[in-house]
Amino acid sequence: MATTLNHEASKLGSIIAQHRDVILSRWLQDMIGSTRRSDLMKESELKTQCSQFLSLLAQATAQTTNTQASAYDPLRDMLAEISRSRATQGFSPRETATFIFSIKQPLFTAIRESLGKDSSAMADEMWSTTEIVDSLGLHTSEAYLKAREETIRRQQEEMLELSTPVVKLWEGILALPLIGTLDSARTQIVMESLLEAIVQTNSKVAIIDITGVPTVDTVVAQHLLKTVTAARLMGADCIISGVRPQIAQTIVHLGINLLDITTKATLSDAFSLAIHRSGFKFVRPQKKESAEDQTK
Amino acid sequence: MEKIPILRMGEYLLVTIQVDMHDRLALTLQDDLTNRISQTGAKAVLIDISSLEIVDSFIGRMLGNIAAMSRVLDAQTVVVGMQPAVAITLVELGMSLEGVRTALNVEAGMELLRNSADGHEETQYGSYFH
Repeated sequence: MATTLNHEASKLGSIIAQHRDVILSRWLQDMIGSTRRSDLMKESELKTQCSQFLSLLAQATAQTTNTQASAYDPLRDMLAEISRSRATQGFSPRETATFIFSIKQPLFTAIRESLGKDSSAMADEMWSTTEIVDSLGLHTSEAYLKAREETIRRQQEEMLELSTPVVKLWEGILALPLIGTLDSARTQIVMESLLEAIVQTNSKVAIIDITGVPTVDTVVAQHLLKTVTAARLMGADCIISGVRPQIAQTIVHLGINLLDITTKATLSDAFSLAIHRSGFKFVRPQKKESAEDQTK
Repeated sequence: MEKIPILRMGEYLLVTIQVDMHDRLALTLQDDLTNRISQTGAKAVLIDISSLEIVDSFIGRMLGNIAAMSRVLDAQTVVVGMQPAVAITLVELGMSLEGVRTALNVEAGMELLRNSADGHEETQYGSYFH
């Protein structure tokens, strides 16, 4: 019986409808006193959100008090939208949740004013109101977290895309400057973009620069070896450059075998080797005076 | 029965794999190729796998085997035109095809063979391709 009692239409809907303006003004006053962030949000915007929330709440509670019911869908959508916008505006989770919880007091006051004589009805009504507001508050926090997580995930993806540029240095010579730690997911992307670039530019030499890789442990080394082997299978030769002294020490201490791979200390060393292997030669042109001297 | 054609170009043999390799086809190719090498006395075998999009451990091993057999028959093997996806798959399978020389395309493969034929650069190439 308790569940049917819980889920039947409550009087809250009609109470809100009757006392709407009073509740709204008290609520706003409350929020201005405690948590409103005038630096992040205009008062008129907040007021619109509050009054929209109240009318949706009145509509929903007039039908049922079960917050999982479809009558609450528009309300939940609206709260999710509010949380999302607040997450991006820079509100803290506490401030976002308090937006919902701060409605309790004005609602309770309204309930007391209209049902003051019937104490058992008042207790019932207050209980169901608490339940509804709590559940909506939780929903808001959840939506807020989800919005934050989405932002983090998007930034991670963007970082992954940005962090693996393949640069063409010369005809048939590619460079891949690696920044940050190499994990399996990144290795996969690095490998794919390098191999695609090898095919597109018809390159025979690829230089992998690890100046920006903070540490090389066995896992990172294994990933590097995989990339080099894959490039070799395609017919391109790999040079690893930017090996810092500490990294050289770590590699030897860990017993990692990089003997089969050409390694160079700097990118410029690797580049000159690549130029040499591709059969190019850099010549510094002689100065004009000396050239004329020779002709005289 | 389906067969992969083996073309003779001077002292080289050219194999272009245009269809998806299945196991029986790979075995037939291994048979045909070793026969042709001993018949023609070819110096090198060029295998173009640029149309090969799917590879498994068996096909990977077959490529390695073919290369090893050709070496026994005194012919070098160059595998050319491997697709990025195929290369990644082979690496993930732990097959680095050691001892097989590779090139980006048929042209680069031919150049590689010519260089090693007249420049005796085999040892030098070998040291940095393995």
